[in-house]
Amino acid sequence: MNAELGQAEAGPEPVLEATGAVKHYPVQRGIVIKRTVGHVQAVDGVDLKLYAGKTLGVVGESGCGKSTLAKLLVGLEPPTSGSIKVLGKEIGNLSARRIRSVRRDVQLVFQDPYTSLNPRMTVGDIVGEPFEIHTDVVPRAKRPAAVKELLDMVGLSPDHVNRYPHQFSGGQRQRIGIARALALRPQVLVCDEPVSALDVSIQGQVINLLERLQDELGLAYVFIAHDLSVVRHIADEVAVMYLGKVVEYGTGAEIYDHPRHPYTQALLSAVPVPDPELRGHREEIVLQGDVPSPINPPSGCRFRTRCWKATEKCADEVPGLDVGDHGTHPTACFYAEERDVTHAVK
Amino acid sequence: MAENLRVVGDTLPGADLNAPLLEVEDLRVEFKVRGKRIPTVRGVSFTLEQGKTLAIVGESGSGKSVTSQAVMGILDSPPGYVTGGEVRLRGVDLLAQDEESRRTVRANHIAIVFQDALSALNPLWSVGFQIGELFRVHRGTSRADAKRRAIELLDQVGIPDAKNRVGHYPHQFSGGMRQRVMIAMALALDPEVLIADEPTTALDVTVQAQIMRLLKQIQDERNMGLILITHDLGVVADVADDVAVMYAGEIVERASIHDAFKRPAHPYTKALLRAIPRVDTVGRELEVIPGLPPNPAALPSGCPFHPRCWAVDPERCATEAPPYEEVTDDHRSLCHFAKEVYRDER
Ligand SMILES: Nc1ncnc2c1ncn2[C@@H]1O[C@H](COP(=O)(O)OP(=O)(O)O)[C@@H](O)[C@H]1O
Ligand SMILES: Nc1ncnc2c1ncn2[C@@H]1O[C@H](COP(=O)(O)OP(=O)(O)O)[C@@H](O)[C@H]1O
Ligand code: SF4
Ligand code: SF4
Ligand SMILES: [Mg+2]
Ligand SMILES: [Mg+2]
Repeated sequence: MNAELGQAEAGPEPVLEATGAVKHYPVQRGIVIKRTVGHVQAVDGVDLKLYAGKTLGVVGESGCGKSTLAKLLVGLEPPTSGSIKVLGKEIGNLSARRIRSVRRDVQLVFQDPYTSLNPRMTVGDIVGEPFEIHTDVVPRAKRPAAVKELLDMVGLSPDHVNRYPHQFSGGQRQRIGIARALALRPQVLVCDEPVSALDVSIQGQVINLLERLQDELGLAYVFIAHDLSVVRHIADEVAVMYLGKVVEYGTGAEIYDHPRHPYTQALLSAVPVPDPELRGHREEIVLQGDVPSPINPPSGCRFRTRCWKATEKCADEVPGLDVGDHGTHPTACFYAEERDVTHAVK
Repeated sequence: MAENLRVVGDTLPGADLNAPLLEVEDLRVEFKVRGKRIPTVRGVSFTLEQGKTLAIVGESGSGKSVTSQAVMGILDSPPGYVTGGEVRLRGVDLLAQDEESRRTVRANHIAIVFQDALSALNPLWSVGFQIGELFRVHRGTSRADAKRRAIELLDQVGIPDAKNRVGHYPHQFSGGMRQRVMIAMALALDPEVLIADEPTTALDVTVQAQIMRLLKQIQDERNMGLILITHDLGVVADVADDVAVMYAGEIVERASIHDAFKRPAHPYTKALLRAIPRVDTVGRELEVIPGLPPNPAALPSGCPFHPRCWAVDPERCATEAPPYEEVTDDHRSLCHFAKEVYRDER
C-alpha cells in the first residue's frame, strides 16, 4: 500500500486510520495562576493505516511519541487535531460516552505487566472487568465461563482465576493483560512495548502467542517497540518516528533492507546483530548528541541537528513524507537515498 | 600510547605479574533469607586477561550481578555471604584480604559501572566534585588539580563542554550523559579491570552504540580487562572475546565468542540463540524455551535446566548433576550431552 499512502484504496477499508493526528501537551508555569508557556509536540501530524489481520510496527527512541500515539489510537486521549477512525468511525471528537462503544473494537496492551494490573483484584476479575463495563457483550451467567475461555486462549490455566497478579511471572502477567484486552472481541490491539520488560526466553513466548492469536482471530496489531529486531520479526509494515513525526513508512523489507531516511539508517546501524562474523563488516553510523526537546523542536526537518546530510534547505523547509521521484516508499527527507546498514557490506 | 606499555597490576602488593589478570575460581555466594540459606552463585570460574573482554550473559536472576558484587567485594552482607572460592588479581586472592586492603584494590584496580547511573551518583553533589573527590582521597591531589583532572576525564568520555558541565548535578544530565559520567568516575584511578553491569540496558539503541564504542575505545587505550554483563546477545557478538553463559547461578557454557555463537555446546545457549529475533533477517518462528528460569530457593534436581531443556534425558538429567565437559580447549559446557550438542547430534 505504501505508494498509495493517503490516497483512496480500491481494496478493503482500513480497520484503523490516523490522518494528521496531532497531540500537543501544554507546558504550564505558576502555581496559583497557571500560564501556558509552550507545548510539548508529542505527536505532530501522523498518518497511518492498518488493515485487518495485519501488523503495523512503530519504532523510535524514547520520547518520540509512541505511547502518546497509542493513546490517541485507542481513544484514551483526544487528539489536539486530526482524525482517528476505527472501522471507518471517527473517534477523535466523540464524547467520552460515545467513544466507549467504539473503543470496544480497539484495545490497548500495556508495556509494564508489573504496574498495569490492579494488585488487589483477582485474575478472574481483571480479565472479566470489561464485561462489567460493557454489559451487553456476555450475559452475566456466562461470564465466568467466558473468563476461563480467555485464560485458556492465552495459555494460562483456567484454574488460576482466583489468584492475584503477584503470584504470576512477568510473562504470565503480560498474558493476563492480553486476555483482558481480548475480552470484548476487538478487531485491533495496540500493543505498547508489550515485551520490552521481559527476558528473551519469555519474549519469544509472548510474541509467538500474539502471532497465533492473530491467525486464529484475524486481529490487526499496532506493535510499538524500541527493539527493532522484535518489530522486524512481527510487523508487515513499519513506521519510524522521530520527535513526534513519522520519518519513514514501508514494508518490513523496505525499512530494514532498503532504508532511505538518515535517521532510520542510524537507528538500524546501531542495533547489534547476534553474529560475531558481522563485527566490523556493517556500516557504522554513530549519531552525535541527544534528541532535542519536543517543546521547541528544530525548524524544518526535526532531525537536522544530528543529520550528517543537512543543508540550509533542511532548516527552512519541512520535508513531507513522500515517495519522491526515485523512491519506493514514503520517506521524509529531501535527500533520501538507500543505504544498507543491517547486512555485511565491507 | 605510553599506557599500552605498562604492565597491568604492577602497583598491587604481592602481585605475580605472570599470573592472569583476574581469575575467579569456584566462587560461591549464599543469601540468608528468613533463616534459610539460598545458594545463588554456585561455583563460578572464569579467567580474564589484560586487554580482553569477557561477556557474562544470562536472564534476570541468573546471578550475574551477585557474581560481580562478590568479585568487587561490595556484596550486601547480610544477607549475602561468599561461602567459597577465590578471586585472584594477578595471583593475589582478594577474598583473603582484610577490608582495608580490599578498599584499596577497589579504588585502584577494579572498578564497576552499573546500569542505573542515577542511583549510583550522589544527587546532592556536582559531578565534578564527585570525580575530584576520588583524586583528593586516594591520591591526595589538591582541589584545583582534582577539578582539572575531572574536566579532563569528562572530556575523554565525550561530554561536550566539560569545563562548564563539571559543575552540574547528576539530574541535569540525560541518561546517556549520566552513564558517561559514571564511566569517567570508574576510570578516574586507572583500574586494570572494569566490570560493566548492564551498562546500556536502560538506554536507547543509538545511545547504547555510543556508550559501547566509548567503552571499547577506553579499553584499547588503557589495555584494561573488561567484564561486560548483559542479557543482549547482540551486544556480546559485537564486543566480546569470550563468553560465559549463566543459568541458575552457574556458568553453563564458556567459550570463545566464535564458538559460542557458531558451535554452542549447551542446550540453553543453543535455544537462546534461536529464541531471539534478528534485525537482518525476516521471521522464522521463534524457538520457545518453555517455562521460567528457576527460583534459586527451589532449584530443580539434577541439571537445573532440565524442566526446560529440549535435549533432556528425563531420567538422567533429573537425577544427576552434569559435570563440565571440555568439547575443545577453552570450550566447556555443563551438560551430560555437551559433545553431542556441540556436534549437532542431539
Ligand atoms: N501527559 C503529558 N503531559 C506532558 N507531556 C507529555 C505527556 N505525555 C507525554 N509527554 C511528552 O511527550 C513526549 C512523547 O512521550 P511518549 O509518547 O511517552 O514517548 P515514547 O512512548 O515514544 O517514549 C515526551 O517528551 C513526553 O515527555
Ligand atoms: N540482597 C538480596 N537478598 C536476597 N536475594 C538476593 C539479593 N540480591 C540478589 N538476590 C537473588 O540472587 C539471585 C541472582 O540475582 P542477580 O545476581 O541480581 O541476577 P542477575 O544480575 O543475573 O539478574 C536472584 O534470585 C535474586 O533474587
Ligand atoms: S531532510 Fe535534511 S536534515 Fe532531514 S533527514 Fe533529510 S538530509 Fe537530514
Ligand atoms: S544435562 Fe540434560 S537437562 Fe541439562 S542441559 Fe544437558 S541435556 Fe539438558
Ligand atoms: Mg512509551
Ligand atoms: Mg543484574
